[in-house]
Amino acid sequence: MAETAVRMEAGERTTTRPGFLSRIFLHNLPAKIAALPMVLTVLVVFVGCTIWTIYYSFTNSKLLPTGKFVGFDQYERLFATSRWNVSVWNLVAYGSMSLVFTLVIGFILAVLIDQKIRFESAFRTIMLYPFALSFIVTGLVWQWIMNPTLGLQGTLRNLGWENFTFDWIANPRMVLFALLIAGLWHGTGFCMVLMLAGLRGVDEEVWKAARVDGIPTWRTYVSIVLPMMRGVLITAIVIIGSGIVRLYDLVVALTNGGPGISSEVPAKYVFNYMFSGGNIGQGLAGATMMLLTVLIIMIPWAYLEFGGKGRRA
Amino acid sequence: MKKFAVVAAMATAFLGSTSAYAVDLEVTHWWTSAGEAAAIAEFAKLFEEQTGNTWVDSALAGSGTGANPVIISRIIGGDPMGATQMNTGRDAEELIQAGLMRDLTPIVEEMGGLDFYVDQSLLEPCTYEGKIYCLPINIHSWDWLWLSTAAYEKIGQPVPTTWDEYVASWPALQEADILPFGLATGWPISGVPGVLMSGIGGSDLVLAINRDKSADAVRGPEFRKVAEAMDALRQVISPEMMVPSFGDVGNQLLAGEAAGNIHGDWLAGDLQIAGGVPGEDYECLPALGLGDQLTGGGDSFYFPVLPEGTDPAVIQAQADLAKILISPEGQLNFNLVKGSMPIRTDIDLSGANPCMQKAIGMLGNGLLPSGDFALSSDTQQQFQDLNIEFLDDDSITVDDYIERYATIIEQAD
Repeated sequence: MAETAVRMEAGERTTTRPGFLSRIFLHNLPAKIAALPMVLTVLVVFVGCTIWTIYYSFTNSKLLPTGKFVGFDQYERLFATSRWNVSVWNLVAYGSMSLVFTLVIGFILAVLIDQKIRFESAFRTIMLYPFALSFIVTGLVWQWIMNPTLGLQGTLRNLGWENFTFDWIANPRMVLFALLIAGLWHGTGFCMVLMLAGLRGVDEEVWKAARVDGIPTWRTYVSIVLPMMRGVLITAIVIIGSGIVRLYDLVVALTNGGPGISSEVPAKYVFNYMFSGGNIGQGLAGATMMLLTVLIIMIPWAYLEFGGKGRRA
Repeated sequence: MKKFAVVAAMATAFLGSTSAYAVDLEVTHWWTSAGEAAAIAEFAKLFEEQTGNTWVDSALAGSGTGANPVIISRIIGGDPMGATQMNTGRDAEELIQAGLMRDLTPIVEEMGGLDFYVDQSLLEPCTYEGKIYCLPINIHSWDWLWLSTAAYEKIGQPVPTTWDEYVASWPALQEADILPFGLATGWPISGVPGVLMSGIGGSDLVLAINRDKSADAVRGPEFRKVAEAMDALRQVISPEMMVPSFGDVGNQLLAGEAAGNIHGDWLAGDLQIAGGVPGEDYECLPALGLGDQLTGGGDSFYFPVLPEGTDPAVIQAQADLAKILISPEGQLNFNLVKGSMPIRTDIDLSGANPCMQKAIGMLGNGLLPSGDFALSSDTQQQFQDLNIEFLDDDSITVDDYIERYATIIEQAD
């Protein structure tokens, strides 16, 4: 009984408000027309292609998307492939280290620049410059620097430091750190600029109050300023995170997945199987797994961020 | 001179069938190294001289992994080129089945068939439902062991004449600080098991695995020898000693820094450009000096179906180019520069270098289907991944390698 009552009430609500449909479509019409192209882009390009991708990952499509439905076959093969498993593990390891170090180093650099130093804009420019280079250029530059025979190791050995060793790029156990060095060199400057903007956005009054209370500067940064920069932090995490998931060009330029398969990443697997391997089904299964990983991280965060009302920063 | 007159007469005959004005024909290929570019220029020259049309050269970087996707997506995306080079094999089979490639059967019939092909099996990937969709223009083989004369002079041993002698010489080479086996990073390792398979395992093993996709053959005793040879190879290869490109290995061989290398015959082009003379600076052993048959693939030309409303003269230009590619003159000029074997042997090959002469001698025994030729790109990619991983990771045993190789063959289509 109660249920039908509720339903009737709901029905009444929609029928008793005559302008419901027109309110949805006509209210603030110019804004809606202006947003239409973007709405269509999102629906067709993002949502549409995502659905297309997921659908064809369940087929045995080869070069052309014409295959038959084969259930989870592509996924079974994917997780039985050691190259894929190594790729996933590499991304997790690289991703977590990259996220932590970019944020920490970026924040420390921002704090240092925030000390009202001289030539601040010059330092800011120098720090931000690597971000203006593409990953391909970054990768090639670091490949030369870290090449055991031509780069740093070779140079120092030629100068007489015979037992100097820096062969991370040729060492399967250290190659991820070689990637990390290049990635951090590229990304921390941008993180620093974001953080700096956040630091500058904190009201001077907060600092004065902290000083009156005799709180040490480092403590003010960690316990007061940092929590106030929540918005900037989330922006930084999203930007760094999306950079990590699509990690591809840096690997191709720096190590090409080597030595062996020790620096392979999922995006490279997907690309290889879709294009040079001519196996769209397998490539799309990999792509779908990448999407799933992102969703697993994003959904709980989005729920916390937008779900609970009144917790907005 | 007489021969030239015949060719000229043939050319005029072709000319008679073309329309009066010149058109542009875009040709895509991935021959970008110095020797390769010179070879494709031979075709361009003949085409422009004989038809009066313009050859629009679209060279793409990155060969099978970089250029192939571009070519395929242009054809699928409705922006086909006039003609394109691709590997002889299964990379384009779906494009043929989807009707995106021009049926060349009428042109072939007009030429009186393709009986002049030295090995009819080359035409198999080009044939679909009894019709011809592409024309192989050369034969490439992976089955070469390249040996450095300088390296063996340093250790005072004669240059080996078989794989077994070569393996026996490794300890002496290592003692003299010479790399027994030079290798470039990435894909070059993926060709090595196939060569070991035909040399050590023999022709039957190649047919059983590449053609019949027999996993039992992989698990058999013959393939175990191949896997053990791979294992022996990785013991003398270390990642720090690997060079960026196969051409660099050629330089190592000429300098005597590396003693040997297994690589396809296109290495000969680089050795030639670097100033190496076969027989003096390096030796070449076909089929590891053990077998008498080569595994072969090569390059083919495809002519995509052009969109409705294309100038008929362009379509005619496609047909003219097809004929020129496999004409005796085109074959001779192209292959002598490219270093590959021609698809017909009814031409004067006395200008070919000693390595190519050896290969031409073996062509009469029939070609074995190479991995490139018989396996889908998907399977090839899986083998490449496996070989790269095996080379670098000593924890993968010979047994693991055989088992994983067998699994891939079982799944191969």
